[in-house]
Amino acid sequence: MEIERHEYDVVVIGAGGAGLRAAIEARQQGKRTAIVCKSLFGKAHTVMAEGGAAAAMGNVNPDDNWMVHFRDTMRGGKFLNNWRMAELHAKEAPDRVWELEAWGALFDRTKDGKISQRNFGGHEYPRLAHVGDRTGLELIRTLQQRVVALQQEDYETHGDHEAYIKVFAECTVTRLLKDGDRISGAFGYWRESGSFVLFDAPAVVLATGGIGKSYVVTSNSWEYTGDGHALALLAGAKLINMEFIQFHPTGMVWPPSVRGILVTESVRGDGGVLRNSDGERFMFNYIPEVFKDKYATTEEEGDRWYTDQANNRRPPELLPRDEVARAINAEVKAGRGSPQGGVFLDVSTRLPAEEIRRRLPSMYHQFKELADVDITAEPMQVGPTCHYIMGGVEVDADTGASAVPGLFAAGEVSGGMHGSNRLGGNSLSDLLVFGRRAGAGAAAYVDGLAARPKLPQDQVDAAREEALAPLGRDGENPYEVHHELQRTMNDLVGIIRKAEEVSEALEVVEKLKERVRLVGAGGSRIYNPGWHLAIDLRNMVLVSECVARAALMREESRGGHTRDDFPGMNPEWRRKLLVCSASDGSSVQVEERLQPRMRDDLITLFDRDELKKYLTDEEMAEFDGIAKS
Amino acid sequence: MTQTTPDAPVRRQRAQVKVRTLRTDRWWVVPLLTFLALSAFLIYGFWAIFDDSIFVDPYIAPFSSPCLAEATCPEGARLFGWAPIGDWYTLPGGLLILGLPGGFRFTCYYYRKSYYRSFWLSPPACAVQEPHGKYTGESRFPLIIQNIHRYFFYAAIVVGLILAYDAVLALVHKPAGVGTWVLIANAVLINAYTLSCHSCRHITAGRLNHFSRHPLRYKAWTFVSKLNAKHQQLAWASMFSVMGADLYVRLVAKGIIAFPFA
Amino acid sequence: MSYKAKFKVWRGEGGEGRLEDFTVEVNEGEVVLDIIHRLQATQAPDLAVRWNCKAGKCGSCSMEINGKPRLGCMTRMSTFAEDETITVTPMRTFPVIKDLVTDVSFNYQKAREIPSFTPPADVRPGEYRMQQVDVERSQEFRKCIECFMCNNVCHVIRDHEENKAAFAGPRYLMRIAELDMHPYDVADRKEAAQQEHGLGYCNITKCCTEVCPEHIKITDNALIPMKERVVDRRYDPLVWLGNKIFKRSK
Repeated sequence: MEIERHEYDVVVIGAGGAGLRAAIEARQQGKRTAIVCKSLFGKAHTVMAEGGAAAAMGNVNPDDNWMVHFRDTMRGGKFLNNWRMAELHAKEAPDRVWELEAWGALFDRTKDGKISQRNFGGHEYPRLAHVGDRTGLELIRTLQQRVVALQQEDYETHGDHEAYIKVFAECTVTRLLKDGDRISGAFGYWRESGSFVLFDAPAVVLATGGIGKSYVVTSNSWEYTGDGHALALLAGAKLINMEFIQFHPTGMVWPPSVRGILVTESVRGDGGVLRNSDGERFMFNYIPEVFKDKYATTEEEGDRWYTDQANNRRPPELLPRDEVARAINAEVKAGRGSPQGGVFLDVSTRLPAEEIRRRLPSMYHQFKELADVDITAEPMQVGPTCHYIMGGVEVDADTGASAVPGLFAAGEVSGGMHGSNRLGGNSLSDLLVFGRRAGAGAAAYVDGLAARPKLPQDQVDAAREEALAPLGRDGENPYEVHHELQRTMNDLVGIIRKAEEVSEALEVVEKLKERVRLVGAGGSRIYNPGWHLAIDLRNMVLVSECVARAALMREESRGGHTRDDFPGMNPEWRRKLLVCSASDGSSVQVEERLQPRMRDDLITLFDRDELKKYLTDEEMAEFDGIAKS
Repeated sequence: MTQTTPDAPVRRQRAQVKVRTLRTDRWWVVPLLTFLALSAFLIYGFWAIFDDSIFVDPYIAPFSSPCLAEATCPEGARLFGWAPIGDWYTLPGGLLILGLPGGFRFTCYYYRKSYYRSFWLSPPACAVQEPHGKYTGESRFPLIIQNIHRYFFYAAIVVGLILAYDAVLALVHKPAGVGTWVLIANAVLINAYTLSCHSCRHITAGRLNHFSRHPLRYKAWTFVSKLNAKHQQLAWASMFSVMGADLYVRLVAKGIIAFPFA
Repeated sequence: MSYKAKFKVWRGEGGEGRLEDFTVEVNEGEVVLDIIHRLQATQAPDLAVRWNCKAGKCGSCSMEINGKPRLGCMTRMSTFAEDETITVTPMRTFPVIKDLVTDVSFNYQKAREIPSFTPPADVRPGEYRMQQVDVERSQEFRKCIECFMCNNVCHVIRDHEENKAAFAGPRYLMRIAELDMHPYDVADRKEAAQQEHGLGYCNITKCCTEVCPEHIKITDNALIPMKERVVDRRYDPLVWLGNKIFKRSK
């Protein structure tokens, strides 16, 4: 059967914030661009982002600037971040947000008509541009409408809406194709019809999001099967920081069917407090040493902060996510949890009902409609949920280029920017800043090519065979394999990790790999979810192996990686990145690599006292040298 | 660039569900009740036009106010003692004025919904197929005339004020009369319904794009918007109140209701 | 806590299909989408359903449950009696691809026909100044999650396929209202709303508002105000005259 074939300059995989921003950039630079996404256009997981986009515009507090934002980001990531990315991010986020406004986004406003900014965990100043608690939806809709606007422009000039930018919705890419060491295209299938599609393109931008579907309790949708991570690995690129997974502290715990769905951090930013079953605000017991001077130590001071932020320290409910998640985990383990196995998040006694409904409308509806709980009258029950992976494709900060020529990555699928832990609100700005950079990087790469790489037929044939395999087999039900993988990762490579448990998980994963090769899917090729899952399983297992292997290797606790057997942070480990590769296409190798040294002008933005908590003695001596000169 | 779309899977058509609706609730109850209530109102209105017991001092039946025709208006019933239509006009006085409040209600966005649903079954209820082969809605004649609504609104303001004036007159002359308070209640509801109108909302400030530059109009808009959210309830309440008040006055005028404080 | 529920689910590729009977376990706190997923995992692995966030935020799992357009993820099983047979069908207004999945490209095509946000040429990014009260109306419409249930339920196209060319549906008429009320949008959208996008077809019977999972007051806050704006432009001689005089005096 002839496979349909499309020729493009840039193929963007994923239509969330990063993907759309990359595609917009590539098209604006005159490249013929395809956007390939597993869901319908505009449904990507970005819609779930609630809090806002962090950008140091200084609209609410004029003391804010990129340097403060940079410091907060590095601090949140426990200094493991790719500092160049953190720098670019902090510098460019305001422009990216303002640009959205010119494309029709309507953020909430300050009194003087600027974009309003809200407080969020880990951010020193109110910094998150937001629209109620549906900022992600606003962002995706604005970018979607920007794509449509560009298509309308193209229609004016070329008579065809899709002349320069086309969305391939409900289409899954299963393989990247290479001509020698260069990317030359991608192979995929239409979910709707099951027929195959081939993209002939010298540049591919991965923007596929995360890997949450490898866990049982997750805030992520079905799309988050680590496709981009796996495609990159299989194409020969490297993944870094895969051991760092952010468990959002507040996911719903009841009813079971919505377990894991997010309760936005804004609930805490707007006054919500965490209590255990004794009614105690337990977060005061969990302020770590490195944050002692930044957070309130009494409830009175914490409460004053909501109205007077200049003279009080913030309440510990707003500690970075990893700290809060671990604290909740510890409370539940100590038997002070709520009836359904979480803790209480209460905003009902803190704000008037009307105010809650105005400030947190989607939370109000979410609880009312999904759990039949009125958050203006009673506390919510919340617990940690797998939310975000800090790790991902190792990319060049300025261009988003991976180690494979022609392969770019942006957003959650890329690694480095957030170090070991991402601050809330930094994700939406990350999408915009690095989405744009990856789009521009891909466009520049295409401009620099002497000749278009060719699509090798043997790879196409192999990809076709691989995709069809589960359909022909009379094998195991893919749902069962998936479920076992999720349980394994959740129980053994979850928030708190131990060497024995992670090793056990690796053994299970090894067995699951075999089972994945044998799963079968009944039915036809037309919109067949069983078949789709069977194909996605390859990616989930591969990525889970990366997570487990890296988690086993990193013998310290930092950000989104907590080892019960190595509870402290170790400055030696701060300098090391764990790099995953899969040279043979099925087994994962992990290597240590030294993190490049931070540029002098950046490291001197920090106080010596603070750096001391993170850096080795040797690095401190170096710092003293710089500071003196 | 060569672009082919994937082969259309089988036939591109809707789900061939053979029934009109799969709804299992009693969706027909609301349109039926609406039909009955609106029909009752129409029948009553038709009767009221030809009924000549329109006045009993100090009450005037709302359906016949303002009373403008010399031939049919008793002395005290005339608006400011004035009857501009000479005695050449001998048809019922209500015919002269009922077109205004009638037209206001007929073109009202809420009533349109209710009679499109209950009389024309277009659609009878959500997700229930309508029985018409063709549909052009308000995009062309005759229904495009519905756009006249705001003019009826201007007229309805006048009629509302007159009804309020009637109620005040009754209050002055017979403060303890039941009829007075019936008329007052009716005047309040009628005026609230009139102010809650979508056209009114548009005129106050809805047509502006910068509320912040027109703080007073924005205030008015906020107030009208609050009423507007209750437009449906006010439409029904004022419909029953005007029907009730009208009937009450006529029954008093006919002497059928005759207790001391009537 | 758990019980066996009776389901009838539309199965078929393309429009030809039938309602298939299932008996399936239901546990406390579950929603209809959970049950569909249980059917997938246990009885019908190839049962097609579109879904994504499972929290009522993405608008993917639009379907018709007992004849009413609903989001599968937001319809709690506790709203049905245990002995009730629950019928699940795909959205009726759009062609079926398979089972509960419909081809919603109509909506994307309509989205493309509406001219995009058009700011004044001289305002640069970062210079926008808007008051909260001025953006609130459009913000309400931007809550839309594009589940397309309003377009699905609207009888103008649900019952009259032939109107699809002339009618943008509540979703996109609301988009026009959103842009028309945007403090910085300079495009004139009133003529087009009536002439090209079929605002006149709307007979304000409010089913769009009734089914909106975001509780957007589509009819009262978008469609009727838009109709009134069209009246200003096309059908109101007084406004026309007022504008003439006003502009001249300025």
